[in-house]
Order: sequence, then C-alpha cells, then structure tokens
Amino acid sequence: MIQMLVKRLLWGIPVLWLILTLTFFLLRAAPGGPFDQERELSAEVEQLIAQKYQLDQPLMTQYGNYLKSAVQGDLGPSFQYADYSVNQLIALGLPVSLKIGFYALLLALFFGVLLGGFAATYANRWPDLVAMIVAVIGISTPNFVIAPLLILGFSVHMQWLPVGGWSGGQWPYLVLPVVTLSFPFVAAIARLVRSGLLEVLSQPFIQTARAKGLSTYQVLFKHALRPAMLPVVSYLGPAAVGLMTGSVVIEQIFGIPGMGRYFVQGALNRDYTLVLGVVLVIGIMMMLFNLLVDMLYRWLDPRVAKT
Amino acid sequence: MNNNQLLSIEHLSIEFNTHEGVVRAVDDLSFAIKAGQTIGLVGESGSGKSVTALSVLGLIPQPPGNITSGAINYLGDDLLKMPEKQLRQIRGNDISMVFQEPMTSLNPVFRVGYQISEVLRLHKNLSKKQAWQKTVELMDWVGIPEPHRRARSYPHELSGGQKQRVMIAMAIACEPKLLICDEPTTALDVTIQQQVLELLQQLQKDLSMSMLFITHDLGVIADLADEVVVMYRSKKVEQAITAKIFTEAHHPYSKGLLACRPKLHDNPQRLLTVSDFMNAAGEELTPTLAQQQPQIKADKNHHEVLLRVNELKTHFPIKGGFFGRVQSHVKAVDGVSFTVKKGETLGLVGESGCGKTTLGRTLLKLQRATSGSVHYDGIDVFAQSPKDMRRLRSRMQIIFQDPFASLNPRMTIGQAIMEPLNIHRPEDSKVLRWERVAELIKQVDLNPDQLNRFPHEFSGGQRQRISIARALAVDPEFIVCDESVSALDVSVQAQVLNLLLDLQAQRDLTYIFISHDLSVVNFIADRVGVMNQGKIVELNTAEEIYRNPQNPYTQKLLDAIPKGVPRATK
Amino acid sequence: MKLKLGLSLLLMLLVVVLFGPWLTGFNPETIHWDDMAAAPDGIYWFGTDVMGRDLYIRTLLGGQVSLMVGLLATLVSVLIGVTYGMIAGFFGGRVDAIMMRTVDVLYALPFLFLVILLLVFFGQNMWLLFAAIGCYLWLDMARIVRGQTLVLKEQAFVESAYAIGQKDAYILLKHILPNLIGVVVVYATLTIPQVIMIESFLSFLGLGIQEPMTSWGALVNEGASYMEMAPWSLLFPALFLSLTLVGFNLVGDGLRDRWDPSMKNQ
Repeated sequence: MIQMLVKRLLWGIPVLWLILTLTFFLLRAAPGGPFDQERELSAEVEQLIAQKYQLDQPLMTQYGNYLKSAVQGDLGPSFQYADYSVNQLIALGLPVSLKIGFYALLLALFFGVLLGGFAATYANRWPDLVAMIVAVIGISTPNFVIAPLLILGFSVHMQWLPVGGWSGGQWPYLVLPVVTLSFPFVAAIARLVRSGLLEVLSQPFIQTARAKGLSTYQVLFKHALRPAMLPVVSYLGPAAVGLMTGSVVIEQIFGIPGMGRYFVQGALNRDYTLVLGVVLVIGIMMMLFNLLVDMLYRWLDPRVAKT
Repeated sequence: MNNNQLLSIEHLSIEFNTHEGVVRAVDDLSFAIKAGQTIGLVGESGSGKSVTALSVLGLIPQPPGNITSGAINYLGDDLLKMPEKQLRQIRGNDISMVFQEPMTSLNPVFRVGYQISEVLRLHKNLSKKQAWQKTVELMDWVGIPEPHRRARSYPHELSGGQKQRVMIAMAIACEPKLLICDEPTTALDVTIQQQVLELLQQLQKDLSMSMLFITHDLGVIADLADEVVVMYRSKKVEQAITAKIFTEAHHPYSKGLLACRPKLHDNPQRLLTVSDFMNAAGEELTPTLAQQQPQIKADKNHHEVLLRVNELKTHFPIKGGFFGRVQSHVKAVDGVSFTVKKGETLGLVGESGCGKTTLGRTLLKLQRATSGSVHYDGIDVFAQSPKDMRRLRSRMQIIFQDPFASLNPRMTIGQAIMEPLNIHRPEDSKVLRWERVAELIKQVDLNPDQLNRFPHEFSGGQRQRISIARALAVDPEFIVCDESVSALDVSVQAQVLNLLLDLQAQRDLTYIFISHDLSVVNFIADRVGVMNQGKIVELNTAEEIYRNPQNPYTQKLLDAIPKGVPRATK
Repeated sequence: MKLKLGLSLLLMLLVVVLFGPWLTGFNPETIHWDDMAAAPDGIYWFGTDVMGRDLYIRTLLGGQVSLMVGLLATLVSVLIGVTYGMIAGFFGGRVDAIMMRTVDVLYALPFLFLVILLLVFFGQNMWLLFAAIGCYLWLDMARIVRGQTLVLKEQAFVESAYAIGQKDAYILLKHILPNLIGVVVVYATLTIPQVIMIESFLSFLGLGIQEPMTSWGALVNEGASYMEMAPWSLLFPALFLSLTLVGFNLVGDGLRDRWDPSMKNQ
C-alpha cells in the first residue's frame, strides 16, 4: 500500500513537470502578450514592466526561474491583477471551486446510487425505464442549458433563489450551482450503479447469499452493492475532472468567484503566471483525486490490493 | 406415504421463457427424500437437475422461470406456496446448498469468516463474537488448516478445495436437515474431489442429515447415494437403488450413461454412447457386440520416433517489487524429456497447475521455452525461422479444451476450416479447397450444408468436431489434444473419443492426449506420462501405470478416482 | 428498444437538419431590422434572435456544424485510438508498457484546459477544433481497445490461428479486428455526443465555432444571454442539442446491451 503510494507520488513529479513545461511554452508560442490590449505604452514603461515580470530575459532563463520558484511554492505575481500574487488569487478561488465541486459530488453520489438502485430493483419494468430515460436526458443535457432553465424557473419566475452571485457561499447562493453541476453526474452514476448491480446480481455468489436465507434487501445492499460500486469508484476519477471543467461554465453563468473564471480570463488576457498556476493546481488536484480513488478501490476490492 | 419422509417433490414442472420461446426445464418430476437418506440426481447439462435443486429453495428467478405445476412438500408444508418470509427461515437453516463453482460462489469482497458467521447470526441469533467463534470451529471441522487465520482471508486467497470447504462450512453451519449439493466437486481436481466427497460423507453421518447430490458423473455418487434418480431431457427416466442402477439399469439412457464413461478396468474398442442404446426418437436399440470387444493395444515400440523432447523447461517470471523486477519464476515445465513414436498416443495426466497444458503449448512453439529442445521428425522445432515454423505447423496441430473459445465467432465454420488450406495449399483452386472442406466436415460427422453458419449455432460437441476438422485440414501427422473432451458431457465425450480413435486408424495419426481424467487417458493412450509440479514423475505403458504404479503421486491419483462401485445399501 | 428509439430519433433529426434548410427562403445571416427577437410564428418558425436573424435556419445550419464536428472528431479519435490500442495490446511486453505509460501521462494532463489554451492562442480554427477534441478523446478508445485486444489475444481461437501457421498481420486483421468492431462501434457512438457536448461547451465559452458560422453550442450561449427577452432563442437550439445527444446515447446504450461481451453467450 505504502509502496504504491510512494510510487504514484514519484510518478506524479514528471507528469506535473510535463504539464508545466507544455503550458509554459504553449503560452509563449502564442501570438500576443499580456499587455497588448492596453493603451499604447511608452517604450520606457514597457521596459519597466518587462523588467518587473522578467520578460526581458531569454525564454529559457524565464522557464528555469519559474520552475525554481514553483518548486518552492511561489507561483509568481499575476500579470493582470497587479496587486495580487498568483498564490493569493488561488487561495481566494480554489476554496470556492472546491466547495461547489464537493457538494455536487455528494449530491451526485447520493441521488445516483438511489436512482440506480431503484432502476436495478425494477429491472426491465417501467420504473426502470422511467429512471433510465431520466438518466439519459440528464447525461444529454449540457449544464449551460440546465442552468438558464433553472434560473428562469426558480429565480426569475418563482424568485425563491438568487439569480447568481456568491455572498461568501451562503446556501441560497449554493443551491442552483451545485444542483446544475451535479445533474449529469447523477445520471452517469445512476447508469453505472444500475448496470453494475445487474451484473453482480447475476453472479453465483448472490445465489449463495439468497440460499443463506438473506432477504432481498440484505442481498441487494449488503452483498451486491459493494462489488457493484466498483465501476462507480473508477468513474469518480474522470468525474472529478468533469466537475472541475464543468465548474468553469457554472462559475461563469452564476457569477461565482472560483478558479475557472481565472483560467478563462487569464488565458484571454495572456496572464502567463495565472494560467500556469491554475493548470498546476488542477493537475495536482486531479492526481490526488485519482490516487484517492485508487485507494478507495483497493479498500473496496481486496482482490486488487494484492497485485 | 412414509413417516420419516423429509422432502417430497410431486409432479413438478418448470418452464423458462427464452428468446427461442418457452422451454420446459423440468417435466412432471416426482421423488422423495427420507430423513438421513442420500439421493443422487444424475443427468447431463441442461437436463433440469440444477433447476430442480433451486426450486426446492425457491430460488428460481420468476420471470423468466415459471413453476407451472406440482408441489414440494417439506415436513408437511408446500415450499412452493410458502410466503417468502417463512421460506427465508428455511433457507440456510433447514435446507442449505453447496454450489458447483467455489471460485464464484463466495462474495469476493468479504472475508470468508464473515460470510460463514452471517448465516449463524441470521438464523441462530448469535452475537458477533459467538458467531465468529463458531465459524472458526466450523472451519476447523471441515478441515481448513489454521482456521483462526483463514477466517480472516478473502476468497481469492484460498485454493479451490478450501473455498469449497468454506461453502460446506457455511451450508452445515445451522445443522440443516437437508443438504443440497449441486455438482460440488466438478470444478475440483480428482484428489481434492475425493477429499471433499469423504468430508461430505462424514458430515452427513455426524449430523444425520439428508442429502440431495446432483452430478453428471455416475461414478461420483456410486459410493455416496442410497438411491439414484436419472434425468434426461427434463424428465425422470429412472429411479432405483444405487446398486441396481449399476447392475441392471432399465432405461436405455441410463444404460448409455453407464457405458459411455471409460472404466479403468475394461477397455472396449469403442465406447458405447447413448445413441447406441436409443435412437433420436427414444426407441431402445441393442448395441452390437463387436464394439464391446476388449481393446488390444498394439505394441508400437518398434515404430520410429516422431517427437523427441529433451530437458524441456518453460519458466514464467513473476514480477513485483518497486520497479517491477523479476522476483522469481513459476516453473510450469521443469526439465521434461520423452519421445513419441509414430502412430502412438501418449497420454499426459496431472492435476490443474501441473504444467501439462504449458508443455503441450511449448512443444508446438506456441509458448517460448526457457531451455531444452524439441525435435520433430529430426527437425529442431525451436531453431526454425518464423517462416519455416509456419510451414512446419501444417504437420503438427492442436485441439483446444474450450469448444466455445477456440473458434472465431466472426468466421463461418466453412471459413474456419478453409483458413489452414488458404495458408498451406494456396496453389489449389478455390473450388478444390471448398471440396476439401466439405469432405472434412463429413469426416467429423457433420453436414456440409452447415458450412456457412457461425460457431454459436452449434453445440459444444459439434464445435469440438469443427475444431478437429480444422486441425485435420492440412493433413497433419501429429496432434496435441489439450483437454479436448473435458468440457463435454460424458456421452458426447465418448463420441468425440471414438472419432479421435477412428481418425487415428484412418490417417495413422500420432497424438499427445493431455487430460486431468485418468480413465479417459487410460482408454485412449498407449503410454501415459504422469505430471506433477512441472515434471513427468512416471512414464510407462497405460496398462503398467494403472496396474502397477511406481510413483507415490501416481498411486495417490489412482486412489482418488471414484470407483464407480456402489456401497452396500442401508 | 432503446436502439430503435435512438435510431429513429437520430434519423428524424438528420433529415430535418440536412433537408430542413431547403424549406425556408431565409438566409442565416440576413438581419431583419423590423423583427428583432420576434416570437415564433408562421413566418419565422422558430422566431428570430435579438439581432433579427431567423432562428429556424440558424438552428438547422448550426446543427450541421455540430454534427459534423461530432462525426469528424470521433473519426479522428477512433482512428488513432484503435490503431494505438490494438498495437499496444497485440505486441504486449515492452511496447505495450511504453505505449500505455504514455497514455497514462496524457491522461494526467488537464487536457480540456490545454484545448482551451490552444483555441485561445491559435484562433478558433474549425480544423484545429476537430483535431484538438479528437486528440483528447482517443485516449479512452485506446485503453478500451487495448484491453479488449489483450483479452482476445489470449482466446483459444487466436492461438489456434497461430497453430495453423497464420501470420501476425493476418491474425490482427482477420481474427482480432473483427471481434473489436462491436466494442469500437459502441464506444464511438458514445463518443459522438461527448464531442458535440465539448464543442458546445467550448462555443459556450466563446472559443468554439465563430461567426458567421454557428453551432448549437454557440446558439445556446447566445440564447442564454437573452432568455428573458427571447426564450425561444434558447429553447430551440437547446432542444435540438439535447435530442441529438439523447439519440446517440440511446443508440450507444442499445448497441452495448446487444454487443457487450459480458452479455454474450447468454
């Protein structure tokens, strides 16, 4: 177990380096610079700015310097938000994105398992059909379609919930973004749980469990659910990525000050350090999350733990 | 009718709705089990015997299953009419069951001890601690070493035999009145099979329970059952005291079933099959005497050597550790030498994992050897270039075990048999090649009209015939049969064995016949090699091996074969 | 049943999207100054957007673009994924180890973010879009195909082909590839809606298809910003987009139920 952990973390270092390098040179190869859009600056001022952000130095030196400070945890100053360092901006945005993502994941797991279990219990009868049609629609409706519809319904018409904003993350401001974000994941998890359960229920060991005299619910929730959750657990890795990219849209629609906003704006404004910082944080989060998922999988399935 | 009657099945009929329509799995079946009695339920796959067992516990999934009529009386109550809640108190408590596949019958994500103690807590109201203690006792009772430690194991950490012991411990945990065993030893090696059978017998005596023992192998229940019920095509065709079935079976199907299984002591020239005793319409036939002539194995010692194997080793690396380095080796084949003469059949027997299959594959260079050599007709097989090897392959062929996996599901059987011809006889015209394919399919007793069908449209036995036709397509002299009849029902097995013998006589073929089944090997082989842990521990003529085994392992294997001799009835 | 439902849905959508534009005389770019944000009626079947452009023709033409992106990018991902996965699985050993490690690394990249960067920096070129999405999605396909190839390679019928003296290339093409087709078709069908979704997601961020061309994602984006004024400008493209995705998902699911190896032999 520990060996696996160390191995995976060590493996992460070259991956993160690759991500940073790729992004760094991609950014620099692109036409346009961070200060192009603003008013024509005098050569002198431009010189000063370039000096401040080390833009006057050779590219490889900049790359080396950036890596050096990044290793020490300093992601440099933002180009766009003059008074902020990238670390500060991430410290502001990351908790917001994490909060939405975390709640959305919980919601998705809860309702996904419920819906999937329900569908499997009534497999191939009409409740199953209804549940699965709901699930397919859930998967097939982009969240930027759902979000405006929800806003139209709950905020504009009924006026129960705010149209957008954050307000320090009070719950009325959380409801719509979290629900919207979790929607496709509820559907995906429900489908996985259903097919997982159906497959497990056809296994001989389920017959053994029934022959013991266990009730249908004991068989379903004790013996079948745990092995059936395995595909769901594997799915959580990609789901985490989806939650992160999905929140870019959600943050934009609901006007939430999360990390996604930095990313898109940063990219449009050529805010090199900010984009690099966000990419790095996302890379680390994805890696940690996949590691977590792997550990969970091993805990759930003793057969994997040995290999 | 009887006071000590425990369970009686009366006029039971069960149907299944399938894509092909309604299939009747059990048809008007009746029999009874008395307290302390063992009933053997015998039949081939699909004869309805497992469905019967499941229906006793109310485990038939409905739909697609449908119990159309009948009753199952257990101590005065009809189990079929019993509400689910009451039935659950009987399952695992009064009546319990041991299934065929120990590999998949235990839940892979729970410790085995937990799975046993679950029954105890469910039916006996024991505390967690008490249940665990009882579990350890049970595991000790069924002969699992170090039960304290083993109770904490997961199923995949136990061997097949141990898993089946765990299943048995689970089944007897509540001291049931009836234990249903559904082919409990079919997936196990002979020596393990013998141990498990002995265990079951002992347990039955200790607990004075009744047993319903389901099997396709009459030999297995001979010394276990008091009475035998024979099922054929969903119907009971015969019921008799065990001793009587073996000596004076009435129904032609029972006779066929008894005759088609090779016996160690008398080897007929050909095995009689069910179709020798009755025709497709179910009318009784009398088998001709000629077939029952004892087999005379010609001395083939003076024949020239076709295959010479010298110090062959095939080792598989086990990788592990931090950088996935090779840590040790599995010595699947570990220094094997032997020769095979032209026209003879060399049998290789051994239990699973002894290296016999790897040996067969290595001989044909389907698996890279670690060291040693194989000479075929004087040609060094391992030294051949890929191109020469491909040409050589037309002379040496293999027939695999699983008839379902050995044909490409996306090729018609015609294409499958044609493929080797396309490779090795490209100069022949297409018409000629097709004629050859049609001829081959006739030789294995199939109809040339079926050539453009796909494999899934055929039964297991038919597919194995197709595989044989494919192997024969390029006129090989030498064929490795790797457990080629193991996946087949006994009567089909007999037919395929007969076919292999006929082909050998017609074409002067040389076989290496790999099997775990000593009786089958004895029937077909001239000489037999016994394999254990990658080595051939004994190699001699079949007769000598069976009559006068030298090696203790050979002795052990022979002792483990069910004798097929009924015990004295109670 | 899923399959039939999905197929008929897709067929209907395809007919509408391909031939529907013939039914109207409107030009997608013509601005009708007097009919800005007009509600659907006999003239403007789907209404007009805030700039006064006919939404019917725009939705259908946007659909053509969305479908094309979906199909082409999927084709890219299938071609790369199948070749890559089949080679890795078939040759195994070191080749497999190196190839799959590469995939692992690529997996760890926040790929969608890189696609966004690419599009931001190199302009919103449609071909770049296909390539970027296709290159992002082939990883899944490669993994699935490799896994399946590994299973097939161990099957007795492949060994049997070796045993009769068949060549590697022939075995790969005649024995392995045909048995992969089921899986590939299933996953390709499920990839198409993914691509359409990604494209519309990018268009929503303003990075996908650019004016004067349009796609469902871009239309939904526009519609969402004016949904209080002209809800139909959100409704129609969103409906088409969702129905298409439902259709592909249904077909994919249906095919999987029918072809999934675990459902076979039953």
